[in-house]
Amino acid sequence: MPPAELDAWSLLLVYSAMAVYTLAFVAYAVDVARRSAATAVPEEARELVSAGAPGAPARPAASAPAPAARPGRGARIGFALIVIAWALHLGGAVMRGLAAGRVPWANMYEFALTGVAVIVGVFVLSRLWRDLNFLGVFISGLATVFLGLATVNFYVTPTPLPPALQSYWLVIHVFVATLATGFFALGSGLSVLQLIKERRSSGFLRALPSTVQLEDLAYRVGVIGFIFWTFTLIAGAIWAEHAWGRYWGWDTKEVWTFVIWVVYAGYIHARATRGWRGSRSAWLQLVGFAAIIFNYSVVNLFFKGLHAYSGL
Amino acid sequence: MSQSSDPLRPGDHVDGVAAPSQPPLGVRGWARFLWRQLTSMRTAIVLLLLLAVAAIPGSLVPQESSDPNGVIQVRADNPELIWLYDALSLHDVYSSPWFSAIYILLFTSLVGCVVPRLAHHWKAMRAQPPRTPARLSRLVGFQTVPGDASDLDRADRVLRRLGYRTARYGDSVSAERGYLRETGNLLFHLSMLGLLLVIGRGSGFGYDGQRLLVEGRGFANTLSSYDSFSSGQWFDEGSLEPFAVVLDDLQVEYETENRDAIGAPLDFTALVSVTEDGAERDAQIKVNEPLNVAGADLYLISNGYAPRISVRDASGQVVYDQYTPFLAQDDAMTSLGVIKLPDGLEEQLGLRGFFYPTAVPLDTGALASAYPDLANPVLSLQAFAGDLGLDRGVPRSVYALETDEMTQIAGGDSGTDALTLAPGQTIDIPGGLGTITFEDVRRYGVIEVHVDHTQTPVFWITVLLFASLLASLLVPRRRMWVKAAGDRLELAGLARGEDPTLERAVDDLARRLVDEGSAARGDDASAATDAVGATAGEARPAGPTDRPRE
Ligand code: HEM
Repeated sequence: MPPAELDAWSLLLVYSAMAVYTLAFVAYAVDVARRSAATAVPEEARELVSAGAPGAPARPAASAPAPAARPGRGARIGFALIVIAWALHLGGAVMRGLAAGRVPWANMYEFALTGVAVIVGVFVLSRLWRDLNFLGVFISGLATVFLGLATVNFYVTPTPLPPALQSYWLVIHVFVATLATGFFALGSGLSVLQLIKERRSSGFLRALPSTVQLEDLAYRVGVIGFIFWTFTLIAGAIWAEHAWGRYWGWDTKEVWTFVIWVVYAGYIHARATRGWRGSRSAWLQLVGFAAIIFNYSVVNLFFKGLHAYSGL
Repeated sequence: MSQSSDPLRPGDHVDGVAAPSQPPLGVRGWARFLWRQLTSMRTAIVLLLLLAVAAIPGSLVPQESSDPNGVIQVRADNPELIWLYDALSLHDVYSSPWFSAIYILLFTSLVGCVVPRLAHHWKAMRAQPPRTPARLSRLVGFQTVPGDASDLDRADRVLRRLGYRTARYGDSVSAERGYLRETGNLLFHLSMLGLLLVIGRGSGFGYDGQRLLVEGRGFANTLSSYDSFSSGQWFDEGSLEPFAVVLDDLQVEYETENRDAIGAPLDFTALVSVTEDGAERDAQIKVNEPLNVAGADLYLISNGYAPRISVRDASGQVVYDQYTPFLAQDDAMTSLGVIKLPDGLEEQLGLRGFFYPTAVPLDTGALASAYPDLANPVLSLQAFAGDLGLDRGVPRSVYALETDEMTQIAGGDSGTDALTLAPGQTIDIPGGLGTITFEDVRRYGVIEVHVDHTQTPVFWITVLLFASLLASLLVPRRRMWVKAAGDRLELAGLARGEDPTLERAVDDLARRLVDEGSAARGDDASAATDAVGATAGEARPAGPTDRPRE
């Protein structure tokens, strides 16, 4: 297939994925609405029950969601839809890579395409480890909005890589950065829920894990993101050394990678500091994620620097 | 510190020193108070966030180090703000006093934080696991399994097999594992300190020079060869590596097929001959592949066209004949250049104009370049006669022509067309000054020679940093106790640091004890397993960790 045709297929798959993400969002939202209407067991009672559950040889760890958080039918449908959308989305990303003859993460559109696929992928695969279906609304909504914004505003036809980008470091550095972003997104979703739940605990919020459990989960996910981000920083420095002759030069993109890294270091410290646990550290996680979004959007679009080759 | 009465917070856990709420009187008291404030975790968080915020202006205002042209531009556009930029070091954010103050404070805090923990960790590594708390039932994962004091040896063995260090206290086993977590944490913080020191000191010995080379030309690595050169404060000219480089050929490849990207650069390769220790060899430099010569790294950082232009006076005498580098202005390599001829002609002559590698006429009649490669090279020059202003002692860029004291004699509003030439063509200079010939055109490359002695140490410290970060974040540090209470064994754990798997670990230990116990006794294993966890769990404390630090 000629590249243009492959790219057309890719777009078609991406549009289909967006449609199915939207459906998933609707399913999750209906589920949330239904739960808000239903009267739930008071949380304290449930927690005691789960904590004291006798005779369970492998009890869930302290941070596991309470059993009552098990997804309803709407959420199960939502999850199935999100998996389908993700498959379409992955297909679209692969086709895009084939059309361009390289990895599909070399300009703004492709960053968004692959980045959102990674975010959803982290969510879907985390299912193997822990049921995070209560984040479904957040993730499916985020995927719909980001993909929509990216295809409308950033789409460009595939073009070859400029020499500065022709490096296996593009594959490693950028992919690990998107992976980190995926984990940060998940962590931020958890932090948002934690903050909401700290304020109000009615309706569907009651079905969520406790704020402490949410905070623990957010932290674990955030730490993995932080590890990947540290790697991104190091790999970027090595690449810069090859491409520009210095490993660190405070280029705008380097500045923002550093800022994000330091904010998350602050977050990790906050979690270990009396008086900074709880909502304060949750806010820090959100500040970090806001910086990531800012770095991707505003810095890429409006700031001048060596990285300004996004070919938008 | 003595044993803590609160089993959730091990008494021997150093978390910096708690800041007293009131400063004791006296200078020493104040000093201690300030030091404790500085080395508290809360200060570390605030300083980290401050550092993040302080780094941002450097991405908004052009920096001397990364974008000198941007600095010139901003100062030219906002002359009334120059004093502010200078007062706040906004063009040198990362070496400014305020940025330095923040990171110096942060690293001071780090040292103050890490040193006591180093000492403490050193002791902990050599000490026995701590005494078993009196009441295990308040700890994480508390449960009982069948067994008595005679089973403690086996428990000890099981724990050691699981990587715990163990000690016996009466009829209990105390176990601890994951010392690597703290080791990693300390190494991580120390390697950041190491990075700062190595970069701060090491970069003082390096240098960075740039040299523009037209194809066929070369240079030797001496100070005078460079067009621009910067070096660290301890740099010694005698340390310049002895080598010479000739740019034989600069190969450039542009996209020709993808309609959306015609003319996009695909590859730049500089083929060079390197002379080192009297031996000559061929080598190449690509954008992502620097060339190492005698410890120096050579990069190809930009390229362009250098038309060879010759000028003859009215009698046909050659007064100028050089490859003159033009600076690319856009993706299609429309290039701007200037030639100054102070001597040789009746009047001083200045030429300024564009070189178009693939010239196409626009509707307006002006020329533009449509493609960056040499498909239809054309040179179009404006000419000025008069005073070039070279002897006024003001330094002038070779790429700028000062025309205040000159009269335009070709191009612009002069009434005469610009001097437009294809390779091989000759044209008369208006006013009978002589002739100009566009002989041919070659490419040039700008080679950067970079020596940075910090590269290797920085790389290895970074490897250490990353490895210790992994250890510090992923290795669980925990204590585990097995205590004989009548005909039962009590089990419980205590996390030191984030340890979400602690409960599972206690469950796992319980299962192993039961399995091994029944294997030893030949009991029915499955019946015993059912008993595991039967008494588990009084109401659990909110967090599974001991931690929040001061
Ligand atoms: C240069 C700035 C700093 C950075 C980038 C930084 C970064 C980090 C990171 C990423 C961690 C988590 C990984 C680990 O446990 O090793 C951490 C943990 C820690 N840092 Fe820092 N740190 C800095 C300065 C400090 C300072 C000044 C202090 C003391 C006041 C400090 C005390 C600690 C402590 C006690 C932990 C362990 C927290 C825990 O157990 O979870 N750090 N730091």
